[in-house]
Amino acid sequence: MEYINQIKLEMRSKSENEAFARSVAAAFTSQLDPTVEELTDIKTAISEAVSNAIIHGYQDRDDGIIKIEMAATATSKIIIVVEDKGVGIEDIEKAREPLFTTGNSEERSGMGFTVMESFMDKVIVESKPGEGTRVTLIKVLDQTNGF
Amino acid sequence: MGITFEMIDDILIAILSGELDHHTSLEIREEIDHTFDTFQANNLILSFEKVTFMDSAGIGVVMGRYNKVRTKNGKLALTGCNHYIDRILDMAGIYTIAKCYPSINEAISALREEKGE
Ligand SMILES: Nc1ncnc2c1ncn2[C@@H]1O[C@H](COP(=O)(O)OP(=O)(O)OP(=O)(O)O)[C@@H](O)[C@H]1O
Ligand SMILES: [Mg+2]
Repeated sequence: MEYINQIKLEMRSKSENEAFARSVAAAFTSQLDPTVEELTDIKTAISEAVSNAIIHGYQDRDDGIIKIEMAATATSKIIIVVEDKGVGIEDIEKAREPLFTTGNSEERSGMGFTVMESFMDKVIVESKPGEGTRVTLIKVLDQTNGF
Repeated sequence: MGITFEMIDDILIAILSGELDHHTSLEIREEIDHTFDTFQANNLILSFEKVTFMDSAGIGVVMGRYNKVRTKNGKLALTGCNHYIDRILDMAGIYTIAKCYPSINEAISALREEKGE
């Protein structure tokens, strides 16, 4: 696939960086003339993926490294990859089910993957227990806004 | 993320502003619970009018506060849920435990009515 732009960044697994990841995703997506709705969808999806890497992947430790890659195509497709080297996921299919959570606090609703799936066109989850998790978020923007 | 409080009778009103994510929700939930206990409130209104971003962490904040008010046999009401907040809350089935009203005044009336019944 022919990319018109790509960026790569690495950040520590600090929860402050969730907002930073959203800002970067919004700035990167802006070059494709997204609607406000599309921009919000993408910010929300990356926020879910990065939060999961911090909360679950690195179990709230702030010394893990989260890798983020973004790419855009001439056909207005945005591809975002969020990768951690944390604990990994035992059963991916189960993890993606609505309301499924291994979070130990009552504050986790188990809706993160469901939110990602409904706001993006495609969500790919690759993971190995003990090795880490890689989430790929793909969205094709409506091109009628551009020129 | 910012938060301001108002108290009317036994209803605590928490007005949230800014971005509600995993990071900010950690402080927000403690502040709400602490204030709820300090003022011996029974009912809670969460205002989302000034919230500019929310992900699934917001669902957890609402569910957690619902459990909190239930320990006092109280009620929870939400206000000012815009289109973006609405679709996340709706997806999680939050409206079965707490309704969202257009304004704080309507939420107060609804809580009072339910008490009267
Ligand atoms: N990066 C990750 N590393 C390890 N486990 C993960 C990762 N991402 C998700 N999971 C697992 O998948 C489950 C479901 O994730 P999901 O985001 O849907 O819900 P949640 O994070 O538990 O709750 P919420 O996102 O609503 O706060 C998690 O509870 C966790 O067990
Ligand atoms: Mg999650």
